[in-house]
Amino acid sequence: MKEILSNITKDYLYRLLKEGKRIDGRDLIEYRDLEIESDWATSAEGSARVRLGDTDVIVGVKMEVGEPFPDTPDKGVLTTAAELIPMASPEYESGPPGEDATELARVVDRGIRESGAVDTKELCIEEGEKAWVIFIDIHVLDFDGNLFDAAGIGAMTALLDADVPASDFDDAEEDEDYLLPIEHIVVPTTFTKIKDQIILDSQLEEEKIADARLTVSFNEEDEIVAMQKGLRGVFKYEETMDCVQKAKDIGREMREKVLDEVDRENI
Amino acid sequence: MASNEDIELLKDGERLDGRSFDELRDINIEAGILKRADGSAYIEWGKNKVMAAVYGPREMHPRHAQETTKAVVRARYNMAAFSVPDRKRPGPDRRSIEISKLVSEALEKVVFTEKYPRSVIDVFIEVLQASAGTRCAGLTVASVALADAGIPMSDMVAGCASGKIEDQVVLDLGKNEDNYGQADVPIGYIPRTEELCLLQMDGNLTIEEYEKAMELSIDACEEIYELQRGALKEKYSTDLDEDEIEELKEGVE
Amino acid sequence: MSSKEEVDREILLPGDAVEEKDFKPGRGMFKEDEKIYASRLGVKRVRSGYVNVAAQSGRYEPQEGEKVIGTVTDINSSFWMVDVNAPNLAVLHVNDVPWMVDYGDTASYIEVGDALLIKITSVDEQNKMQVTMDSEGLKKLSNGQIIEIPPSQVPRVIGRGGSMISMLKKYTDCKIFVGQNGRIWIDGDLEGQYLAAKAIKMIEENAQAVGLTDLVKEFLEKNTEGF
Repeated sequence: MKEILSNITKDYLYRLLKEGKRIDGRDLIEYRDLEIESDWATSAEGSARVRLGDTDVIVGVKMEVGEPFPDTPDKGVLTTAAELIPMASPEYESGPPGEDATELARVVDRGIRESGAVDTKELCIEEGEKAWVIFIDIHVLDFDGNLFDAAGIGAMTALLDADVPASDFDDAEEDEDYLLPIEHIVVPTTFTKIKDQIILDSQLEEEKIADARLTVSFNEEDEIVAMQKGLRGVFKYEETMDCVQKAKDIGREMREKVLDEVDRENI
Repeated sequence: MASNEDIELLKDGERLDGRSFDELRDINIEAGILKRADGSAYIEWGKNKVMAAVYGPREMHPRHAQETTKAVVRARYNMAAFSVPDRKRPGPDRRSIEISKLVSEALEKVVFTEKYPRSVIDVFIEVLQASAGTRCAGLTVASVALADAGIPMSDMVAGCASGKIEDQVVLDLGKNEDNYGQADVPIGYIPRTEELCLLQMDGNLTIEEYEKAMELSIDACEEIYELQRGALKEKYSTDLDEDEIEELKEGVE
Repeated sequence: MSSKEEVDREILLPGDAVEEKDFKPGRGMFKEDEKIYASRLGVKRVRSGYVNVAAQSGRYEPQEGEKVIGTVTDINSSFWMVDVNAPNLAVLHVNDVPWMVDYGDTASYIEVGDALLIKITSVDEQNKMQVTMDSEGLKKLSNGQIIEIPPSQVPRVIGRGGSMISMLKKYTDCKIFVGQNGRIWIDGDLEGQYLAAKAIKMIEENAQAVGLTDLVKEFLEKNTEGF
């Protein structure tokens, strides 16, 4: 069921933003506490639980041997799915993924796939015949805003945590499990625009009055690798430039946190 | 229950994980872990990791599913794609639909549904890591989430299974014991009234073995019940001074 | 800790039997086979012949005569649907507002998203609820903001004899109304509102703390310089 924020509270939120304040006491460009826990679900080849304020997300990576796509016969397959399960919010309903879940999965997917974060060539077992298929599943447990960053950071951590389960599959090339080959570390940074104010890492009430959203993903070489503007509002070019600049610095911090958690250097 | 002679489940008469026949796996329960839900709880039971959230009582949609004299308890058991060795395709399958129905019925037995006509009490059970016994873990943790949500109930339900491996009746089957054992009997038990609100069985058991299995499970449910209560007491225990106690008292009027 | 306190803060869980045999089952209790049991989680309270449970969680349970803050979710030709944080939506009929509203003209008086200070006039056996805005002190709220706390914590925000709420008003120079449904309306200048909201958040997070009143007072004194 749709939850309605009262009109006076909406006005109050915006008036606060104009004074450079937010309801939870943060600055406009400030993240909530971020907790990353890798290897949370041992049933997965790789996993991470991410808590961003009260937003709580688990990302699991599963792998199996399958067929490569005909147009990329020499590469493994990467696929991302998101479930906005009704546990996470009174507004979510059971059923197949809706457009919000699909957009979330695709934005996370793009950040990882198009950026070449995973070396999919290494995941081809036999050209045109056999390759590793990687499933990234995003499971949202508690929704208090900014799923894009929580899921994106979770997906990257889970991939870094993942072992290729070669020993479990007879038709895999190797006999022993090995770390999933990672080429780049990519994290998204999401900004929310409310009228003329731009904030970082929006929480639930702020998203209820959001006009536009901009996600910018950076890799460790400070290159932009994916962007997505969402919602009906618009950005000026200068505003996007400002977000991009900020995302570069924030991305660095976030990558550091991810690497600290997975304790992995060989990328 | 696919019995398999080649898989060894007992070695020198002992279970492979070192447990005695009447011993539960380690269980930890935590109440009130989610912000958005009206009530929630988390259980780790051996390698199982299961979470439950309760929303409601709230208006029932679709409207035609409303009951005019009582609330409907609607449990939804769901497994995360990454919770099992072979990735589970998202969405309900026949198994999860059946479990959801049985758990809904088991919980509805203890909820005072007549207090909330036309409403629904949604119970979402998410299996995040599965290792045998998830329906019992789900039922157990859902009861805690219902209490955490302040839902009026005549009691909480505890769940547990017993089964048979290599002709031996044992409590709380582990993963291999469940996969390759000879029988599995999951129950849901209401300790105060000593009633069973969930009961399934598959495999084969003599009547004597059934009796033994139930004895083990019921004792274990009493033990699990204390863990459920402990989790709630821990969350709601307070250190109030006298003034503050007075305030609370005034709130009752 | 004295034994009186130990007894006073006894937490009951669903299915817990209580000793008090000569008492009647009150709120959150039920009787079965001559025994009294708790039906929900909360703190045991014994008074005037009844054993009660003071709920510590859960949704708002509407009672006739209680003042609450609601948000309008839907408009019809002759009534509005209002969310008051209860299991079901409440109905505000055109006859229960302080204006003469023509049939079909409801939207020009109250819109979806408007916050209302209203009173519960009836709750029937079907849990259908009627509310009124046509009584002294009731109104459409056109300024300020609304924050939400668990309904079980309303007594903490009000304080003993209204001590906490008076203190909040005094230090923040805001109008504050605490609805029985856990919704709190705060109106004043922006700084005052911000401070009041933070203080109430603090009460919510520390509702079970010892010496909460002093804690909040200290916080308010430290922060009255504004942003």
